[in-house]
Amino acid sequence: MDNIDKQLVNRLQDGFPVTPRPFLTVAEELGLEESEVMERVQTLLDDGILSRFGPMFQAERLGGGLTLAAMKVAPEDYEKVTEQVNAFPEVAHNYQREHELNMWFVLATETPEGIQDTIDRMEEVTGYKVYNMPKQEEFYVGLRFEL
Amino acid sequence: MSDYVLNSDPSDMNKTDVPSFSQKTPEAPAEKAKSYIFTQIDRDLVIATQEGLPVVARPYQAIAEQLGISEDEVMFRLEKMKECGVIRRIAGVPNHYRIGFKANGMTVWNVADDRIKELGRQVGQLPFVSHCYQRPRHQPYWNYNLFAMVHGSERAQVEERTQIVKELLGDACSEHEILYSSKILKKTGLRLAN
Repeated sequence: MDNIDKQLVNRLQDGFPVTPRPFLTVAEELGLEESEVMERVQTLLDDGILSRFGPMFQAERLGGGLTLAAMKVAPEDYEKVTEQVNAFPEVAHNYQREHELNMWFVLATETPEGIQDTIDRMEEVTGYKVYNMPKQEEFYVGLRFEL
Repeated sequence: MSDYVLNSDPSDMNKTDVPSFSQKTPEAPAEKAKSYIFTQIDRDLVIATQEGLPVVARPYQAIAEQLGISEDEVMFRLEKMKECGVIRRIAGVPNHYRIGFKANGMTVWNVADDRIKELGRQVGQLPFVSHCYQRPRHQPYWNYNLFAMVHGSERAQVEERTQIVKELLGDACSEHEILYSSKILKKTGLRLAN
């Protein structure tokens, strides 16, 4: 990553223009050619420096259900339960964490009611209690890294 | 929820310079959102863009062709969804692990109910906090009601920063923990079904 890439990552975090030639808009701001901006963005994506490029949707506003949930799984069952939990298409992310509650996952469903239904089925399949922790209030989401 | 990434990717070990944080601006907070009638075309637009925008000179035109609508309509609907909070923002998101934030702790806090709104907002404003939510307790087993994701270049820095949160919360907080992730078990992200 050179200085131009850093400038570009900083600029793209601030938002991508909704104009017919958005790369040209960004290029003009940074004093670059449109083609160079496109090439660099593609490379940053290919290299995984940018993990996403595009609209960030707010899932609840799309009419679906969304929650964070956790389980306390015995070590001897961990692998099996991981497979069972991951098999649910509603599980968007799943992380092992260093805690007694050692499995944390995000559930996203087409409807708000789908959350409880998924949790019920998951408890039945795994035999473990699912601790449902939906957000009650959002204080902040976002982070800008200055490179 | 693209931005519902809860933690970094430990499989990714490329080291780069540790960057700094910049001034915070929240991404379309829920309470500011207006109502929006979500149509089938919007749904198609979500499905067409949820993996990201195409890197072509006219990305909105490319999406328009795919959906059989005009470029203007694509841009209009994206702007509308932004205004209404359906889209938090349209942007590039760096992989924080790749740009130097190797350590990320989910910090959880037991905060007095009558002070959580005021304090939650303040914690969310700290420059190293990426997500900050109030969530329900599961007493007596789980007494934490405030979650804040704290980022740092290494665990020692996450711990220093957690100390700053602790000082901010003061006597309104009786206990806290840092939960580090040890493994990503699944990461498909949130996707509307096609």
